[in-house]
Amino acid sequence: MSDQKHLTQEQTKDIDENIAWASINADVLRSMENPRRGYWVAMAVSVCLFGIMIYAEVYQYMYGMGAALLNTSHMWDLYISTFVFWIGMSHSGTLLSAILHLVHADWRKPIYRFAEAMTTFSLMTAGIFPVIHLGRVWNFYWVMPYMTDRGLWPNFRSPLIWDAFAITAYLTSSVLFLYIGMIPDLAICRDNAKGWRKTLYSWLSLGWRGDDRQWRNFRFTYLMIACFLIPLAVSVHSIVSMDFAMSIMPGWHVTTFPPYFVAGALYSGCAAIITLFILLRYFFKFEHYMTFPILDKVCKLTFVIAMVWTYLNLVEFASVWYGHDIPSKEVLIAKATGPYSPFFWGMMTFGSVLPFSLLFKWVRRNMYVLFFASIFLNVGMWLERWMIVTPTLSLGYHPQAFNVMWPGWTEWAMVGGSFGWFGMLFLIFVKVFPCVSMYEVKEMVFHRKRTIYDDVDEMMTLHSGVPGPKAQTQNSGGA
Amino acid sequence: MSSLLGNIFKGWSDYSKGNEEGGHHNYEHMYAMVIDLDKCTGCNACSTACYAENNLATVGEEYFGARQAMHWMRIERYFDEPNLEKAGSEADADTQSHGASFLPMMCQHCNAAPCEPVCPVAATYHTPDGLNAQIYNRCIGSRYCANNCPFRVRYFNFYDHQETAWPAPMEQQLNPDISVRSKGVMEKCTFCIQRTRAASNTAKNEGRAIRDGEIQTACQQTCPTSAILFGDLLDETSAVHQAWKRHQVQLGRYTQNKENPELRGYRIFEELNVDTKVLYLERVREV
Repeated sequence: MSDQKHLTQEQTKDIDENIAWASINADVLRSMENPRRGYWVAMAVSVCLFGIMIYAEVYQYMYGMGAALLNTSHMWDLYISTFVFWIGMSHSGTLLSAILHLVHADWRKPIYRFAEAMTTFSLMTAGIFPVIHLGRVWNFYWVMPYMTDRGLWPNFRSPLIWDAFAITAYLTSSVLFLYIGMIPDLAICRDNAKGWRKTLYSWLSLGWRGDDRQWRNFRFTYLMIACFLIPLAVSVHSIVSMDFAMSIMPGWHVTTFPPYFVAGALYSGCAAIITLFILLRYFFKFEHYMTFPILDKVCKLTFVIAMVWTYLNLVEFASVWYGHDIPSKEVLIAKATGPYSPFFWGMMTFGSVLPFSLLFKWVRRNMYVLFFASIFLNVGMWLERWMIVTPTLSLGYHPQAFNVMWPGWTEWAMVGGSFGWFGMLFLIFVKVFPCVSMYEVKEMVFHRKRTIYDDVDEMMTLHSGVPGPKAQTQNSGGA
Repeated sequence: MSSLLGNIFKGWSDYSKGNEEGGHHNYEHMYAMVIDLDKCTGCNACSTACYAENNLATVGEEYFGARQAMHWMRIERYFDEPNLEKAGSEADADTQSHGASFLPMMCQHCNAAPCEPVCPVAATYHTPDGLNAQIYNRCIGSRYCANNCPFRVRYFNFYDHQETAWPAPMEQQLNPDISVRSKGVMEKCTFCIQRTRAASNTAKNEGRAIRDGEIQTACQQTCPTSAILFGDLLDETSAVHQAWKRHQVQLGRYTQNKENPELRGYRIFEELNVDTKVLYLERVREV
């Protein structure tokens, strides 16, 4: 690339239309071989965090849930809030991939692959939390309706059961979506790989030859799964919100929780896409594909969703305030003024005020500022989940149960470790599989390169020197 | 399929009957309690009896302070009746001149228990005795039930207490009629279900109905002032039924229409419509 102008912050086109198809293949395949050193640093950090998590889990398993400093009022704490957080992160992939696929927003093409991977891996991370927070972890499979000699079913009225079903269905579908969208790329990898990679890609590409019938079936399947995934994504977070909305506790029993949770999920997912966008761009030298204009669009999307989330948040406060249900109102006031108020105002600042910075073009075009901004947006969203779970439990209905509780070290270790586990899975994925969709970037370049002429006839005449079909008809008609 | 539909219709008709007739349930018995707060001296004997009867682990000072104790029956102290202070005296919330007000609080065995629908594995359910039961072996410890309990009377085994609560010879004092819970399960007041079962077995063997007063819960048996009454609410001759009738408190309602507002009977959090089965009689205090 001799022309470096498109790499600068003044770039206006989503992608350089003159990239040769061969160089797209070469660039993406190269990314799987030699990442920058930052990749290995991130990997090491992730593995360490995950190691700490394993230690904490073993300790908690041996010692009991008391290690997390939970108590009779605070039966749930960071485990459940972090669970909701990770479920929320998983909505980015569906948004970017499925919804934007259906609305033909082609700027999604260079970045949707890693967003889909994020969906899958954040679901795998989220799935850990309901399991590790169980008092008897070893019986976690009892929530599934499996055949047992005792003829026992789980309790289908419980939102936790709906959770288990919704998450399993969503995880299965998102893995399928990720994998099926990757098949043409896996075939490219297969044709260029050696050693164990060759074996792996040969199996995974399912004999893809790129013929017409395969493409037609592929398109149809991909579209179907995309259509299937969108209602599933909405339902999965609605169901997670019902863990709270179906209870009778003040501050949890809120009718607007399902849409509020879905908006919050899309929000934190978008913010996480910005973070990972910047990291991947750096690690794998994807400057030609993950460009500033695309980042700019993701930022605008994040801002819009942030405003939707803020609106729903204010609606919730207003309905509690004017509802005059005394315990709910007390929980709301305690959130804003009580012992957890710094975190509440932190959530409001990071979640509702910070996104206004995305209105400035220099922020949207500045990688460093954006990296930290996106991380703080997600800190805000994590605080939001914490502020849903804990203040309610610290008040509730019964005065004897009022108390303030701060999480124990195992809880913090698990929260940190979940980022390690997610990072580990994600970093392995982007190294083993192409994290920029080669075939879709080619499509994007192809479609954008095609010139649309207002008057085709005139242009044909101009290029060939012979009058075009329309002119000929007119002439003959005149004669 | 037909039985499934039949179950649905039967469930629906039971539900609407319950709405119409105020707390109707197809129970054989409906064990309930009456606690007279005017008689309660706050001596904690009931709580101690409960520890002895139900194999409750003593968790020690540290865990107790961390609010990880497991006292199914707890005596709550309230110092917040400044309206009882004599006019002119300084109202101090911590040392009100009339002393504390006490409230024995245990599982209220709600007929519409919020803990039951949320358990993912159906470890907590209603027995035909009208009791809210907890199946320790089925519990996986998701703790959703405790979060959804407005009374906060569900206690979780945050640790294994067998070794520390009953060191070597003391395991001999454990009640053989019920289990000792291990770490990771939820537990709560059962209205001394082992005593209920024993009494109903005896009655069955003797070919008669259970007599009122035949079943005594440990807390009731121990209460020095007889503040606690226990019995079958469906048995119209029982003392408990009489007390509920006398105080004009009805099941299945979230507000009571009392002819005489001076009647002392009330249920805690009645407005939440959880339909508790413990009737408290308000303390009478002279100003």
